[in-house]
Amino acid sequence: MSIEAKEEFRPKIVAFCCNWCSYAGADLAGSSRLGYPADVKIIRVPCSCRVNPMFILRAFEKGADGVIMCGCHPGDCHYSTGNYYARRRMTLLFSMLDYIGVENGRTRVEWVSAAEGVKFSTTMNEFVEKIRSLGKNVRLEDLRCRK
Amino acid sequence: MQEVINRAKELLADGTVARVLGWKAGDLPYNPEPAYFESVESLEDFVYNGFCGANLSKYMIEASKLEGKTMVCLKPCDTYSFNQLIKEHRVDRDKAYIVGVGCKGKLDIEKIRKQGVKGIESIKGAEITDEADNLTIQTLYGEKTCSYADAMLERCHVCKGKEHKIYDEIIGESKDTKDADRFTEVARIEAMSPEEKFAFFQKELSKCIRCNACRNVCPACSCRKCVFDSNKFDSAQKANVDSFEEKMFHIIRAFHVAGRCTDCGECSRVCPQGIPLHLFNRKFIKDINEFYGDFQAGEDTEARGPLTDFTFDDVEPGIVGERG
Amino acid sequence: MQRIGVFVCHCGSNIAATVDVKKVAEMTLLEPGVVHAEDYQYMCSEAGQEKIIAAIKEKNLTGVVVCSCSPRMHETTFRKAAEKAGLNPYMVEIANIREHCSWIHKDMEEATEKAVILARAAIAKVNLNAPLKPGESRVTKRALIIGGGIAGIQTALDIADAGYEVDIVEKEPSIGGRMSQLDKTFPTLDCSACILTPKMVEASAHEKIHIHTYSEVEKVSGFVGDFTVDIRKKARYVDMDKCTGCGVCQEKCPSKKAASEFNRGLNTRSAIYTPFAQAIPNVPVIDTENCIKFKTGKCGVCSKVCQAGAIDYTQKDEIITEKYGAIVVATGFDTIKLDNYDEYAYNQSKDVITSLELERIMNAAGPTKGHLERLSDGKAPKEMVFVQCVGSRCSDDRGKPYCSKICCMYTAKHAMLIRDKYPDVNVTVFYIDVRTPGKNFDEFYRRAVEQYGVNYIKGQVGKVIPQPNGKLLVQGSDLLDNKQILKEADMVVLATAIEPNPGVRKIATMLTASIDTNNFLTEAHAKLRPVESPTAGIFLSGVCQGPKDIPETVAQAGAAAVKAIGLLAKDKLMTNPCTAQSDELLCNGCSTCANVCPYGAITYEERQVNDHGIRETRRLAVVNSALCQGCGACTVACPSGAMDLQGFSNRQILAEVDAICQ
Repeated sequence: MSIEAKEEFRPKIVAFCCNWCSYAGADLAGSSRLGYPADVKIIRVPCSCRVNPMFILRAFEKGADGVIMCGCHPGDCHYSTGNYYARRRMTLLFSMLDYIGVENGRTRVEWVSAAEGVKFSTTMNEFVEKIRSLGKNVRLEDLRCRK
Repeated sequence: MQEVINRAKELLADGTVARVLGWKAGDLPYNPEPAYFESVESLEDFVYNGFCGANLSKYMIEASKLEGKTMVCLKPCDTYSFNQLIKEHRVDRDKAYIVGVGCKGKLDIEKIRKQGVKGIESIKGAEITDEADNLTIQTLYGEKTCSYADAMLERCHVCKGKEHKIYDEIIGESKDTKDADRFTEVARIEAMSPEEKFAFFQKELSKCIRCNACRNVCPACSCRKCVFDSNKFDSAQKANVDSFEEKMFHIIRAFHVAGRCTDCGECSRVCPQGIPLHLFNRKFIKDINEFYGDFQAGEDTEARGPLTDFTFDDVEPGIVGERG
Repeated sequence: MQRIGVFVCHCGSNIAATVDVKKVAEMTLLEPGVVHAEDYQYMCSEAGQEKIIAAIKEKNLTGVVVCSCSPRMHETTFRKAAEKAGLNPYMVEIANIREHCSWIHKDMEEATEKAVILARAAIAKVNLNAPLKPGESRVTKRALIIGGGIAGIQTALDIADAGYEVDIVEKEPSIGGRMSQLDKTFPTLDCSACILTPKMVEASAHEKIHIHTYSEVEKVSGFVGDFTVDIRKKARYVDMDKCTGCGVCQEKCPSKKAASEFNRGLNTRSAIYTPFAQAIPNVPVIDTENCIKFKTGKCGVCSKVCQAGAIDYTQKDEIITEKYGAIVVATGFDTIKLDNYDEYAYNQSKDVITSLELERIMNAAGPTKGHLERLSDGKAPKEMVFVQCVGSRCSDDRGKPYCSKICCMYTAKHAMLIRDKYPDVNVTVFYIDVRTPGKNFDEFYRRAVEQYGVNYIKGQVGKVIPQPNGKLLVQGSDLLDNKQILKEADMVVLATAIEPNPGVRKIATMLTASIDTNNFLTEAHAKLRPVESPTAGIFLSGVCQGPKDIPETVAQAGAAAVKAIGLLAKDKLMTNPCTAQSDELLCNGCSTCANVCPYGAITYEERQVNDHGIRETRRLAVVNSALCQGCGACTVACPSGAMDLQGFSNRQILAEVDAICQ
């Protein structure tokens, strides 16, 4: 039993959250005790438009199994337009990853407002579930980084 | 070709330009290389034929810093790159005297070799003025012929058109050599299963030796210092392994030129390993066209690039999964 | 190499119950750069902060990582503590091991492991932190209030009394808002107009208050302390300076068929009109959609009868631009549309009305001059039924999920007033719950039941069916007696849910103020900063933030004013030092970054550079750090990586990524 539990696949998941909406949404999920798996680790960025595709590829290179980016809902960006640029960038990047054969679903964008603690938690639960079903990321990791 | 040389001589002689940017013959009949000519005499070495595929617009970045004007020879497809460089303030329009040279499709020596032609001594029919539909190739093993169209670079089969988008004058006729759709191959890959896609790109990219030829030739990759050479991202080049790093390099490179790449095809032309690198750029172009409306980088010097623009109701990134 | 101290907070048991804080401290000591690690009960306490200060001094720390609650809570606290100890405040990073860890995980081992990883990421970031110095920006000592209801008026008065200039922008022809439409107010039953109009007069007479009615905010740019706002003053077609407010034009206007907005469409008004008698300013506007002059070119009666010559058909909308240090949103509410609630027959019967319509009917200046009568036939009702929670507390998407908060009390008020004035009228109230928290509220409700004999039935109304005899058949249920009720009524009053003014979303977008799915503006902190928007310099007053009654609105309006005054009292503001910066040796001068900058903070200069011995003049991006707000859009647009964001640099974020994926 315990051996089985240890061998259970624990994905590494990086979540980029914008400071104004999604990070606050994650805080609200926390204060509302709306749980999601510990596999998700959040990195705070000022805005979703701060997320460079390089960061996402780097995460995969270093062995992340899934990367999710959360920002303010389109129209509600603290900086007015940041998430609109982010939306285009991520659409193209995700399409490219799909094109080179990275399983769909390892990347995701979700707009989560500061008031949407529930959405944050459900999104993370779903995403972890998806990554667990996809299994370990082997197509994008740098072998030298594997331990 | 002689017409171009004559005009270059005139422009040099009357002081309109201080130098001419064109091509000179290489050591083999099929490898002319970009060259500057600063005197009327030096123009004796000037060549312009079917093997002059090199896009000279990028050279104008450095030429713009020199004293005086430079006469630059641009083929129709090169002018898109030049426009894009103007838009990005990388070249100075006033420092260039653009001679739009005619083009009837450029040749790919690899395609000739693939037809079993070896030991090439000389090639006839590659001249721009030649009307011949075939190349006549003198080899160590006798004379061979092959059709001009079959020897053309991939990019010429999807030619953007015979129009020069920017020029001061045009010398010579151009031909629209398009006989295929440029997105056919991209669409074929898109239709593959994730495993097949992965296998396809793994196979292609595992050939990459990170020589940076693609980057160095690319008119859009004109950064003073590439991120892959700088310490800003801790992404400076490291030793090669057969793993993700090549993908990272090529994805990021394609991403950095997305919306700016004119699809000039130079990356694939110069790749010593024959990796079809244009498939990355074209994927972005295809997506951009589908998601945000048709866009041709370098069509003009004003339009906002698709990645520095948006609409309130752009598609969500989830479309990638939904499209299947 | 930095010398980093790690401070792990127990937060009482909030963190310590699920995270092994001692182990976190221990593990972080193994990280590069960490020379000190300790844990403590409450790091944010005086004693906790002292520990940080002492460690910085004793161990010559150059960086601090606090593993605690969200940086949105205490980042500033810990930065200030570091500053006290002589450390640059921007050398402090927070690992959020409470909201993002202990509160959402149950397994101690798992939570501890995650806390260590989050701490590692913060340490990796601090290793690359550099001291930052905030800049300064000026404060324009003028406030803008959007909305001229009781919330806006009160905020304006309080700010103006403190000595600052205030502009009120109101989209209607008069200030006064919803409160001006109310008849009486609970729980004191005093007359709404009697307590509101003195405030309106006070505001209009105040030398520091400038009222722009019939105006809307068109464009907002800038940032806290230095907003620039375009205000569209819609053409009134009446000269404000000349008009004496005599009212003759309204009397003589031949077009009198426009629905009166003020009376909720229950009667009509003239095409040239002031919404109500006590309107401020008392200057009418011409509604061009109903004006014969504007529709056909003929008429011009108002112009002929105006002694003052104030009518001007050629007036155009005017845009005025003004600078403000603070902006208060007080856009208020409206009742929801009842199109989704066909079962109440609101659109079928004139005798099914909303509570706000009842206010107008009960009001002496209303469509029935204050007589309670059926709008269908003018007869006095004998049976009245009130339906609570119409569109409030709704679990499907027909209505609103929230409680509109004011309905229980105003229904008790209506019931009481009707029973008082017309003792022969029976009043029945169908309710789900009666919610009366508030000073003298429950007493008020009990009076309605006990003294005035209002019949409260716990249960919902399923259907209202207009009968051929003109009556309304109300089908409801009595949950306490567990029986179905069929009741004939003469009038049915729907306690219609309230929703934020529909225009508020557009305003929120202009202000970049965050807004929730119900269109209520979000507070900076639900409990501790209830009158501030997360966007600096934007304050919230009244129902735009959430449902509330008049006393609460006035209290919040005052609170918003105090916050705005606190800002306006400053001469200079410290600006966020986390701004973009361009490395001039890497910059291509391509303008891509400027294309995505929402603040126009990036310009280009021809500059002489020395690039490893090559001296040349280059076109380079220059960031104006006073304008830059630090979003980072430019950093990703920049292909060469020349543009980077201080405090969130590429290398810092990559270090976090690496630490997490390690």
